[in-house]
Amino acid sequence: MSVFIVNEVRKGLYLDSVALMRLSREVAGLPGVVEAALMMGTPANRRILAEAGLLAEEGANAQGNDLVIALKAESREAAQAALHAARARLDRPRAATGEAAQWKPRSLRAALRARPGATLALISVPGDFAAAEARKALRRGLHVMIFSDNVPVAQERALKEEARALGRLVMGPDCGTAIINGVPLAFANRVRRGDIGVVGASGTGIQEVTCLISEAGGGISHAIGVGGRDLSEAIGGLSTLMAIDALDADPGTRRIVLISKPPHPDVARAVLERVSRSAKPFTICFLGQKEADLPPNARFAPTLKAAAEDALDGRRISEGFQPGVSVPRREGVIVGLFSGGTLCGEAQLVLASQGRRVASNAPVPGSEPLASAGASVDRILDLGADEFTRGRPHPMIDPSVRDDMLLKALADPGVAVVLLDVVIGYGAHPDPAGHLASLLATAAPGHVPVVASVTGTEADRQSRSRQIATLERAGVLVAPSNAQAAELAFALCRA
Amino acid sequence: MRIIEEANREAVRRLFDGDPVLVDVAPAAELIPSLGERMLLHAGPPIAWERMCGPMRGAVAGAVVFEGWAPDLEAAEALARSGAVAFRPNHDFGAVGPMTGMTTRSMPLMVVENRRFGNRAYCALNEGLGKVMRFGGNDAEVLARLAWLRDVLGPALGEALRASGGIALKPLIARGLAMGDEMHQRNVACTSLFLRQIAPWLARTVSDRERLADILAFIGGNDQFFLNIAMAMGKALTDPARSIEGSSVVTAMCRNGTDFGIRVSGTGDTWFVAPVEMPQGLYFPGFSEADANPDMGDSAIVETVGLGGFAMAAAPAVVGFVGAGSAADAAVFTRSMSEITVAENPEWTIPSLDFAGVPTGIDVRLVVETGIAPAINTGIAHKKPGIGQVGAGVVRAPMACFTQAVRALAERLGVT
Repeated sequence: MSVFIVNEVRKGLYLDSVALMRLSREVAGLPGVVEAALMMGTPANRRILAEAGLLAEEGANAQGNDLVIALKAESREAAQAALHAARARLDRPRAATGEAAQWKPRSLRAALRARPGATLALISVPGDFAAAEARKALRRGLHVMIFSDNVPVAQERALKEEARALGRLVMGPDCGTAIINGVPLAFANRVRRGDIGVVGASGTGIQEVTCLISEAGGGISHAIGVGGRDLSEAIGGLSTLMAIDALDADPGTRRIVLISKPPHPDVARAVLERVSRSAKPFTICFLGQKEADLPPNARFAPTLKAAAEDALDGRRISEGFQPGVSVPRREGVIVGLFSGGTLCGEAQLVLASQGRRVASNAPVPGSEPLASAGASVDRILDLGADEFTRGRPHPMIDPSVRDDMLLKALADPGVAVVLLDVVIGYGAHPDPAGHLASLLATAAPGHVPVVASVTGTEADRQSRSRQIATLERAGVLVAPSNAQAAELAFALCRA
Repeated sequence: MRIIEEANREAVRRLFDGDPVLVDVAPAAELIPSLGERMLLHAGPPIAWERMCGPMRGAVAGAVVFEGWAPDLEAAEALARSGAVAFRPNHDFGAVGPMTGMTTRSMPLMVVENRRFGNRAYCALNEGLGKVMRFGGNDAEVLARLAWLRDVLGPALGEALRASGGIALKPLIARGLAMGDEMHQRNVACTSLFLRQIAPWLARTVSDRERLADILAFIGGNDQFFLNIAMAMGKALTDPARSIEGSSVVTAMCRNGTDFGIRVSGTGDTWFVAPVEMPQGLYFPGFSEADANPDMGDSAIVETVGLGGFAMAAAPAVVGFVGAGSAADAAVFTRSMSEITVAENPEWTIPSLDFAGVPTGIDVRLVVETGIAPAINTGIAHKKPGIGQVGAGVVRAPMACFTQAVRALAERLGVT
């Protein structure tokens, strides 16, 4: 094999030796190049070039202020191409500072040094480590939001007790949504600020209620998540009670909405006792509970939509809603494919209240477990549940995880209607409606009709109206709220 | 917890209170009386001949010939293998050495005195770049240069330093940081500042003009001359911070080409050891990763006092060994080291970070908690004996050293 050695000398160009070593490595990696070195032409460097068998006559005559490009290549063409590439690299413009790496703190300690005024830590680490991180934050005087799930219940209890002693709030574990002082945390929406405070053990429940209130002209003071287990017997509503204290004391909050699955009866009693000691009006939405024995300053709301309406002092949301298209009623079951767990629960309750038999992987009171359900029962699935998200992204982040099930349902002659939720806002997919529309375009014509609602606001980056328009263009019947979508799905079924 | 915090404050206070002054150069045997015949000090934690890497063996053979314990390299290797040479770490004798870190009786050592605490630390003279003993070089040229250091440079520098009354190193480093040195890969500013201070004293004490010219040219022609001074300084600063009960601050990091070892203040002289890692970096023409020996040397003592990789922001070009080489990349290195350190040095500051102090006092707990291993700027030796330096780069201290140290400290403090 013959080798070609090429030297070129650039006068009056100085580059740092480390920068030149990097360039040398880049050039040496080009096709057909055996070895390459870019060096300032000092005597010591010329000796190194000679020892590496890279020095030709031009290079040997270089001076200390000259930059030598020295190449050894398998062919003249390869050498010329590499020389050309080396020149281009020497002459390329420097990156502006803005494009360079930015430091991000890796520890709470460093983050607090960079932001000494911070008052809240959002923790999203694997569940085994979340409690330890939360404790560190609490001991540094921070309130804590724990996005992580899989935190042992005993740790949750201990954390919340420590937090209560320190006068700090723990939101979570498994808290997906909060809006504090107008700042959305994790999965939340850009809602109007106002005087309605929300306390919720459910992420999409908080999203649906705050969005419905905001789109109807109301506003949110704070929305405090407490985690799905807070109202269980083991935790005893520790965070819910503290959140009520905080909103009760907040002059910017006029009324308070409470959202949860049905709490343990003892916990419900304690929470409602606390509610009774407040001078502010409360809306209580224990989804799945028909009624509750409420103090005089509280009213019961059976659905998220009803909770939003009550918080708006009885203003109706999209009253007399009629879908723009008339679709013939069909026989068969309703298949619901939900990304939001509480939206899935609300849909089950609405359908059950209309007399439908409903089954779910996350059944609410009145629904059956999926495994034992027959073929004539509506299947309303929570695709954000653990069994569907293990090792995969949550459907709110990546809606494609429901694609297969959706295509199957669309082609199923036993299905009357497919019912969906579309959740937008921070953390959610940039265009979930667009994704659905492109999927529906691939379905066979005459497929099962699709009913959906969009949980979000006009101010969200995905824009509620744009999402609705995209869905409608794709033939989806869009209802103004999740509860109304379930009602519409029911209306499309032949009894 | 409070015991640890207070102990760490004390450790860092001692680091910051130190007043290191370069006072002398003298033969090792005079400075370290316990450094006996057929005893050889090396870089890193303790290691026997059998486990030594190629360049370390090469340097050992060269040093044995240099001391006259064997007539040639082959005989020297046989002697070393036979167990007739005692191998001990520099750190156990108040000394440090770069890369292979050879220290033997007749080698001249620089002396840095910590005038606040009265302790002294030693390091050999820097041999220059290219084929040198610290990178495993051992041929006639290498040994001839060592002889010149022993017979000419060492005595002359010693006399000049004694005449000068010593050169205070803290202010010199402060200025070097502002001039773009991080004191591990980059020492051009500090070498120049040192030369500027010592030159008049050399002129007064060296009567032979040619000899004086040789000495000035040798120091001035070696950008890394100051590295060995910075290392002795690092050792002089860290030794008073040793053995503070409860402290989780690192007092030494070093490598012998096979193992990486750290010492922690609260656990005394125990070495926490793990296999060394391979530096990430760039290579001289004709060499590649395939030629590289794993990480080596006591020079990580400069990172232990907040310089080198910890002061990367002062020397942005150095970060080019592992990344794009932008000033912002360099700043990220320094800022991430601040996540594993207890304090910032109020006297050694970095202009481009709005004069933030270099992050100092590595806390083994923070290293384990954040998963951020200390970054060390380093040269890369050829893995075969006798060849020398082939590149330079950045290496991470192995995490296992720090997890062991945390466990040992917890055990000692009765924390379970």
